[in-house]
Amino acid sequence: MSDVQKQSPLHRTAFSFLAIAVVCAIFADIEITTVNPWTELGRMALGIVTPDFLATDDFGMAMLYTLSFALLGVTFGNIIGFGLALVFFSRTVRIGCAFIRAIHELFWALLFLQIFGLSPLTGILAIGIPYAGIIAKVYAEILEEGDQAPLLTLPNSVSRASAFVFVQLPGAWAHFKTYSMYRLECGLRSSAVLGFVGLPTLGFHLESAFSQGNYSEAAALLFAFFAVIATMRLWMHKRMLPVYLIGAAAALPWGLTFTWDNIVRFLTRDIVPYPLRAEGDGDTMAALGDWLHLLLVDQALPGTIATIQLTMVALIATGLLTMVMFPLISPLLLRAKARMLGHLTLVVIRSTPEYILAFVLLQLWGPSMLPAIIALALHNGAIIGHLIGRFTETMNLRIDAARGINLYLYEIVPRIYRSILALLFYRWEVILRETAILGILGIATLGYYIDSAFAELRFDRALILILVTALLNICVDAISRSIRAKLRLQTSLEHT
Amino acid sequence: MTEFITLNDETIGYLGKVVLQGISLKINVGERVALVGESGAGKSTLLRTIYERQNAESALIPQDLGLVHALSVFHNVYMGRLHLRSVWRNLRNLLRPATAELKAVRDVLTRLRLEDELRSLVGELSGGQQQRTAVGRALYHPGDALIADEPVSAVDEHQAHDILRHIQESKDTTILAMHDRALAIRYSDRLIGVKDGRIALDEPAAGMQPSDLDDLYQTA
Repeated sequence: MSDVQKQSPLHRTAFSFLAIAVVCAIFADIEITTVNPWTELGRMALGIVTPDFLATDDFGMAMLYTLSFALLGVTFGNIIGFGLALVFFSRTVRIGCAFIRAIHELFWALLFLQIFGLSPLTGILAIGIPYAGIIAKVYAEILEEGDQAPLLTLPNSVSRASAFVFVQLPGAWAHFKTYSMYRLECGLRSSAVLGFVGLPTLGFHLESAFSQGNYSEAAALLFAFFAVIATMRLWMHKRMLPVYLIGAAAALPWGLTFTWDNIVRFLTRDIVPYPLRAEGDGDTMAALGDWLHLLLVDQALPGTIATIQLTMVALIATGLLTMVMFPLISPLLLRAKARMLGHLTLVVIRSTPEYILAFVLLQLWGPSMLPAIIALALHNGAIIGHLIGRFTETMNLRIDAARGINLYLYEIVPRIYRSILALLFYRWEVILRETAILGILGIATLGYYIDSAFAELRFDRALILILVTALLNICVDAISRSIRAKLRLQTSLEHT
Repeated sequence: MTEFITLNDETIGYLGKVVLQGISLKINVGERVALVGESGAGKSTLLRTIYERQNAESALIPQDLGLVHALSVFHNVYMGRLHLRSVWRNLRNLLRPATAELKAVRDVLTRLRLEDELRSLVGELSGGQQQRTAVGRALYHPGDALIADEPVSAVDEHQAHDILRHIQESKDTTILAMHDRALAIRYSDRLIGVKDGRIALDEPAAGMQPSDLDDLYQTA
């Protein structure tokens, strides 16, 4: 801390977060446990240069399913989210949305797998429900920030619906469209990752290719995935959307139906805490208390601690990586040719779902927090680095400004410092949600206990643990919002 | 006499538009030049050209000051010598300034009566204080020449005299664009008037009256 700058609340907050992360890192389990991590890396590199597009039997179908789940799920989320945005003034709706978006797509998928099995509904709802919660919030904010002045000029007797359609909607429409495209990109990532819990998307084949060491096959799957995301703006047209949606609906295996018995059993029996449905004599309430106590102390507590610990380290690591990544695409620091390479690097890193990054690193280094930290930091650092790098394109520096590292340290970093912190706090909750999920890969965060509960068919436990995870998310979201409000940190980039 | 800069019948554009035409100019080291003329006449473009063509390491005060608002006054003034220090030393001074550096910068700020704001963030200062910070950076710059675009436009008259005196004390060659004609005449020994993208006047300042410059400000 500099004694030249007055100890500002901004510096104090940043420093506290850094200190917390250091403490978390000291107690974190960070090690490389595999015997030959670098030989494996060499084999992976070989796979990347020799992709094999014919190795996967159901390549085409996997691609089709990935696209279909994403398109239908995001469309579902968009329609429901739009409807919810219109009534977002209701407190109940706001809390409901916060709740459904606090549960990650993979957890929704694990739940729906029990209810609908491998029916397409599982994938569509797993993406659609949390997305509806996110989209409702974003659309409500867009409507709120829209120009309200024209509303005042309308005649008093105009109905709310007409006013909305004529005044608010036209201004917000372009924002809705841009945001929907971004959501579709996220939806494609989510859809691919759903394969890791058993849905027939790309992730399913990626997982088996990686675990069998077929890196040429894995590389081909990843390349195909990048190609779909990179070309999205070319094939995604408004006019084609109905065609795509009908095609997607037709492509999915609706023959795999579910039984109502299954749904009823799951809702009325499976998720009811065990002591309540056990045919025992004795005190049911005491038994329930013990059950809950054991669950919270033995699983929820250590899971929560590990989740927070990993989140804090990953958050700071993201910040540090951002400082390295944004220069890769900044015209103030690199020439055009070098920037091309930088853009490519950032696009690839941020298009790869953090779940897949973590999975790959886990194969390389063995189970510890290290792969998760690096994966989260890489993915989120590339996202923030991209935003900040593009922002530096619009900076006007004096013509006698320093060069090289001096320019970076004295002219650029001080100008973007606040923005980076704002974006970091904003993504804090996103990182937390991902951290919980990475437990499914075997890192002892909340997801680990949830996944184990599902594997043991103890759905009552799984449900409580998912609720704990959602609550943790809502808390962090609230803290992040209050910090950003107090420090007046804005995520929309502007010159200071 | 050593020459500071020579321009020979130059046509100079900015952002694709011709701003200055047929500019021939020679300025020697040690001269004190004031650039006068209406706003939009091309003074800023001429200053920018002079800065880009000169070979000496000159200090510069651009019209928008070029300060980093998120840094303290100390850091902004220190930046006048950023290029002389090693990167490690710069990094260290960014995080925790050395006592010697603090003292050197405070000495500069005392001359500008800004020493109380050493630790303040530039973004929290008034316009006049920000302008004095930019002057401080130029004074701390080791170069013997200063090229400045309206260096005293945001301070009161009393301070303007003070600041211009300090500039004259520490810089041998000064090329200052100024809209205040009295100040321009008093703190220069050569007046260059720019009108409609051409040099319309180039005379010694001695004996000039502000009213002698009226021609520059009348539209043809």
